[in-house]
Amino acid sequence: MADKTGTMLYLDGVSVSFDGFKAINKLSIIVHPAEMLAIIGPNGAGKTTMMDIITGKTRPDDGEVLFDGRTDLTKLDEAAIANLGIGRKFQKPTVFESQTVWDNLVMALRKPRGVFSALFYSMSADDEARITEILDTVRLLNRKDDFAANLSHGQKQWLEIGMLLAQDPKLLLVDEPVAGMTDSETVETAKLLKEIAKTRSVVVVEHDMSFVRDLGSRVTCLAEGSVLAEGTLDQVSANPVVIERYLGR
Amino acid sequence: MITQLILRALDKKAIWLVAVLAVIAIGVPVLNLVVPEGNPLHIPNYAVPLFGKYLNYAMLALALDLVWGYCGILSLGHAAFFALGAYAMGMYLMRQIGARGVYANPTLPDFMVFLNYKELPWFWNGFDMWWFAFAMVLIVPGLLAFVFGFLAFRSRVTGVYLSIITQAMTYALLLAFFRNDLGFGGNNGLTDFKDILGVNVQAATTRAALFAASAFALALAVVICSAIVNSKLGKVMVAVRDAESRTRFLGYRVDNVKLFAFVVSAVLAGIAGALYAPQVGIINPSEFEPGNSIEVVIWTAVGGRGTIVGPIIGAIVVNLTKSIFTSGSSYIAAGLVILIFSGIVAVASGWTKGLIVIAASIAIPVLYGLYQLALYGSFKLPALSDVWLYALGGLFIFTTLFLPKGIVGLIAQWRTMTTKREQHDRNAPSPADVEAGVDPQPNPAE
Repeated sequence: MADKTGTMLYLDGVSVSFDGFKAINKLSIIVHPAEMLAIIGPNGAGKTTMMDIITGKTRPDDGEVLFDGRTDLTKLDEAAIANLGIGRKFQKPTVFESQTVWDNLVMALRKPRGVFSALFYSMSADDEARITEILDTVRLLNRKDDFAANLSHGQKQWLEIGMLLAQDPKLLLVDEPVAGMTDSETVETAKLLKEIAKTRSVVVVEHDMSFVRDLGSRVTCLAEGSVLAEGTLDQVSANPVVIERYLGR
Repeated sequence: MITQLILRALDKKAIWLVAVLAVIAIGVPVLNLVVPEGNPLHIPNYAVPLFGKYLNYAMLALALDLVWGYCGILSLGHAAFFALGAYAMGMYLMRQIGARGVYANPTLPDFMVFLNYKELPWFWNGFDMWWFAFAMVLIVPGLLAFVFGFLAFRSRVTGVYLSIITQAMTYALLLAFFRNDLGFGGNNGLTDFKDILGVNVQAATTRAALFAASAFALALAVVICSAIVNSKLGKVMVAVRDAESRTRFLGYRVDNVKLFAFVVSAVLAGIAGALYAPQVGIINPSEFEPGNSIEVVIWTAVGGRGTIVGPIIGAIVVNLTKSIFTSGSSYIAAGLVILIFSGIVAVASGWTKGLIVIAASIAIPVLYGLYQLALYGSFKLPALSDVWLYALGGLFIFTTLFLPKGIVGLIAQWRTMTTKREQHDRNAPSPADVEAGVDPQPNPAE
């Protein structure tokens, strides 16, 4: 396959099966620095499993998973991978509900993650400014002292994106970011992700076609654990196999 | 760095709690030693170690709350750390007896002479020096917690499974300490203590000093726990409790966070146990009984987990109640306690629930009486001490059902009830909100 150097994320021939079912089958995907990739595909295509493999939750049976062209992700655990600079937003928004919006971001903010560094951490003016800036970006500044549990579904999605930003990752994996959002929120989210993709690599998994169109990025269609088609959204959605196996259904 | 941590620890609530404990630490000994007998304010000699014991239990409950309430680790074996601390102290106290034992052996404690030990087992060496024994009070429970936690958390044992293996741990220790050949006095444990730090352990002044030490130790535990939960680490602990796997994806090593909380908690429990041993005058394997650890969970739940003051209140309230039930008090006193509890339930979550508590409280002794009637042909109410375990179980069930946040949560529960009533009158959206197109905020508590 293609050259590994200069890639942010490099998956080659990755396979994983659960009880004989091949969730991912010889999957190969490349993401370059400061590039956005949208992944579409039917349910059960292996999109979330792919994210589980990249973030260390699932170990692949076979294949190569490299970050930044050199780090083998299959040897690391979740925390180590997160600390390398890979942030993940989950399909179901998972924020820390019993804590305030502010505290959610304090925990996410890129800082040493050790037990004692956390114990002795005290917030500097810079950190405070950074969190305020993120809150402003995700439009939650006026809700910073509210418990995350009291946010609307869309606001939780935004808080989770804010937590991703606070982590300052090089690669963002974003699973269905606009599920449960209103149309105007969806448009705003697309704008925000495009802004983020100017400096970082972003992988977005999404079903919402108009949102994927708004992103205007390269698109990969997955089905049954491997790549069905690649290209622009127009190219992919014109592909007869994609129409038959995904869009047409 | 450290000063900042301590400053953060002493938020308003913690300052009050520490102040109250300081007053108790000085007040109770003064009322016992200085105020003459016969004065209504005099605290009798028997009460000082009893209250001291409650403070040790409170510290144990606080230690459990650090792992359970804040970090989501339901340990059902925490009394084991308490007992290990108590045993370490007991070994020191045994060696202080010296030649004054029944067998007058200068080095071997009585039970060893009795069991035909020829020399002191190696692990008893050093316990004649107070500093060594006091260090062991911290090290032994801490080390056990470290090894146990390291293995359990690394293999991602969580939830019910973890609770079960903590029970197994304390049960295994119970069986081990029952054995005579383990070298810790077997069934009888360690007792007949004479001196501590060169003074008579039975003397009123020593008892008063031990009480004060218990109060100060508890205050120290409050500061330590408060410093931890108010730090960023405390937030991460709560995050681990609520969404463990999410915390991992943020880059935190969940097993290390849990291990830290578990070890700190075990050390605090050990200190509490070490203060407990000289006050009750005996330490035996029954301290490892699984039921003891479960009681600690009940104290914490009743007081209010996930708070600093909750487990302290819970431990004291439940143990006071236990004293009322088990020390031959009248049915009237027990009835009063039940009435107060059902009253609290009624205020917090409605009259019907309060009535359910009363009905259950009456039903248990009556059912017992009917059972006796069927068996022996005469209706007989049970002795109060026989129903204590039922009362404890009922307390746990009703607290979980009707007061999920415990006694401490009552204040919040009551506060939201009153503010809801106030808000009821002005629920109409203000003109400014209407203009801005803002929906009236739903009450977050609903």
